[in-house]
Amino acid sequence: MVGGGHAGLTAAICAAELGASVCILEGAPRTHRAGNSRHTRNLRPMHKGPTFVLQDTYTEDEYFDDLMRVTDGITNEHLARMTIRESAESVQWLHDHGVRFQPPLGGTLHLGRTNAFFLGGGKAVMNALYREAELLGIEVHYDAEVIDLEFEVDTFKNATVKYEPENKVIAAATLVAASGGFESNIEWLKEAWGAVAENFLIRGTPYNMGGMIKLLHKNAAQQIGDPKQCHAVAIDGRAPKFDGGIVTRVDCVSLGIVVNDQAHRFYDEGEDFWPKRYAIWGRLVAAQNNQVGHVIIDQKSKGAFMPPVFPPIVADTIGALAHKIGIDEEQLIKTIEDFNRSVVPGNFDHTELDGCHTDGLEIAKTNWARTIDQPPYSAYSLKPGITFTYLGVGVTDKAQVLMENGAMYKNVFAAGEIMAGNVLGKGYLAGIGMTIGGVFGRKAGKEAAKNALN
Amino acid sequence: MRLTDLQSATQVEAERIMTICNACRYCEGHCAVFPAMEKRLAFEQADVEYLANLCHNCGSCYHHCQYADPHEFQVNVPQTFSDLRQQTYATYAFPRFMGKAFENNGMWATIITVLSFFSLFWFFGGSSFAGAAFYDIIPHSLMANTFGAVGVVALLALVAGIVRYWRALSLPSPLKLHWGHIITGIKQGVTLKYLDGGSGDGCTYPNEAPSHARRIYHQLTFFGFMLCFAATSVGTVYHYGFNWIAPYAFLTLPKILGISGGIGLIIGPIGLLWLKYIADDAPKATANKGMDAAFLILLLMTSITGLVLMLAKGSILLGPILIIHLSFVLALFITLPYGKFVHGFYRLVALIKYAYENEESSNN
Repeated sequence: MVGGGHAGLTAAICAAELGASVCILEGAPRTHRAGNSRHTRNLRPMHKGPTFVLQDTYTEDEYFDDLMRVTDGITNEHLARMTIRESAESVQWLHDHGVRFQPPLGGTLHLGRTNAFFLGGGKAVMNALYREAELLGIEVHYDAEVIDLEFEVDTFKNATVKYEPENKVIAAATLVAASGGFESNIEWLKEAWGAVAENFLIRGTPYNMGGMIKLLHKNAAQQIGDPKQCHAVAIDGRAPKFDGGIVTRVDCVSLGIVVNDQAHRFYDEGEDFWPKRYAIWGRLVAAQNNQVGHVIIDQKSKGAFMPPVFPPIVADTIGALAHKIGIDEEQLIKTIEDFNRSVVPGNFDHTELDGCHTDGLEIAKTNWARTIDQPPYSAYSLKPGITFTYLGVGVTDKAQVLMENGAMYKNVFAAGEIMAGNVLGKGYLAGIGMTIGGVFGRKAGKEAAKNALN
Repeated sequence: MRLTDLQSATQVEAERIMTICNACRYCEGHCAVFPAMEKRLAFEQADVEYLANLCHNCGSCYHHCQYADPHEFQVNVPQTFSDLRQQTYATYAFPRFMGKAFENNGMWATIITVLSFFSLFWFFGGSSFAGAAFYDIIPHSLMANTFGAVGVVALLALVAGIVRYWRALSLPSPLKLHWGHIITGIKQGVTLKYLDGGSGDGCTYPNEAPSHARRIYHQLTFFGFMLCFAATSVGTVYHYGFNWIAPYAFLTLPKILGISGGIGLIIGPIGLLWLKYIADDAPKATANKGMDAAFLILLLMTSITGLVLMLAKGSILLGPILIIHLSFVLALFITLPYGKFVHGFYRLVALIKYAYENEESSNN
């Protein structure tokens, strides 16, 4: 198993339960084990009727429709429907392996029907799975980066692991690639995005360098996904370069206005609810000068959104605020005056698309438009935060990796972010990353064990 | 320093960490601390002192934290709150200057124990050792008066400290408070609900894997203590109410209560000390200075010497053992308001506040 996140551990446990002898090569040190799984908080399982952790019903068709909507149809329907159906078993499987769930977290009640939240978050999940792995006698190696793979046509032979003083070559009957995407590799992001990628923040692990993706592609694996596609959200510009995780999000875009470095608005802040908004603002900000956007709210909106981790920049006048942010004072005053003048009075209600809109602006705000006139004013500067990438390898419904020529490798399987692009070609649906990891992790583990034991 | 009313570096650190946790909330299901935190947007002195005492130091939020060391955010709730709890005990101690006793608690407890030992030997040692029954060695009235007086002073100091903390949390007077809140608080405290990890699997102590070990040993300690306390109370009633004079036979109430309590009070503290010894260092307090260990050792020595005393009845060793036992009891009494013992009361007040606050918010 290459990669020690949720998909890799799931695969490892399933394979070991079938009697295979399993070795996990985790590229990160123990403190950073489990890649982006460490930062997750829920998964999205299909379910009929309420379960001990989910409300109501979430059918295959509704789930598939949601997926079609976010991906604009860039998905493999066969794999997507298979993933959705099998996701029904994910909660029970994790529970049986020591993972505990809880009702939706404070501020996330709208996800109570579709998303099962992990008690203690993703690191708690991974601690539980690593304990299971240990009980099953699975070998785990940390700091074990795979730097080469050897194939004989369509058959994997061995992997070379970086090791001091001398690299080690590990031969195995089968290979499972569950090593994540390439979002930590800024150089590679620059190849896809150009120099602007320098200004991207990476919300998760610094260890997803995409080495396995490169090695598999080099050895004739079928490429899936667009290298430019990634889950990008707008996060606080003061977030750490890596591993900032959930707390760096700033969820007040819809309550105010967002301006770029020239103090101009550039998109409808009131277009839609959080989940959709959340996934588009990363790209919107990435397209601005210096990849920066500044969200500006007034006193009316204080406390009406999830508290961000960093304090806002605060000033008593718009001019002083512009000065503190470092953008043109007169232009910001003008932008806000223009905005305030165009706000059509209405009944503000943040819990629904309230239709409070502007009139006569080139870029309208179509919901939740209120004048910005009550000091003190607050500003948060936003930057694009990359959660994960979609570029990876093509797989079958048994998680078997496909080759460029359409044939399958005899003994190579993939699970998790490295193959998520098969199902999720674009966009994002909360909790689907962990869902794909779990379903394909179980597939890959079982199929790899059968393959190895035959 | 961001908030002017934060008094110490530990409070500032608690405020910093709570701001991060409040934006994350992954640990919400583990215990009462996080739901209480979510009711707040800012964290001032009373807030962090409340949250710190709600924390049972189970460690789950540390082991499950994506922002724990080596992350640059360096979030460590159990450690920060442990240090802050100890500061709270010092801040509200009565009289105020006795708060100093929490700074080097293990040392002070040791000094008190040694002093008790020497003073009792000096006072009662010598010829009276030949006595065959307790009250030949130390007359009952003298023993009862001495320990009664020390006990009353300790109790008053304890109550005064708790009242000060109660007020700092802006809780209404107990008379105005709904009984339901107090009962909820007591129930959650006595059952150690928040050592269940939130799932019932137990807390991540002494290490990352969930375990009920701490809850079990703590219950043995707590109920052992309560049974010993009950034994003493029943004995007092026997003595003054019925003029039945100790020692009592094996199958009498004081003996049954005392022996079972004593056994709990041996296994419990040994278990807790052992867990503390093997536990992960990272979430541990940095400024405990032996406070926990001193209290556990005093409890342990009191119960061991108490049981040995019972076995030594009629032996020539009875005298020395009695004095050793009473020395430990005296030291325990003196240190009650100025040692780990107070944690139960601070925790209880915080749990009552939690019940009160939940009711308030559901009414609004």
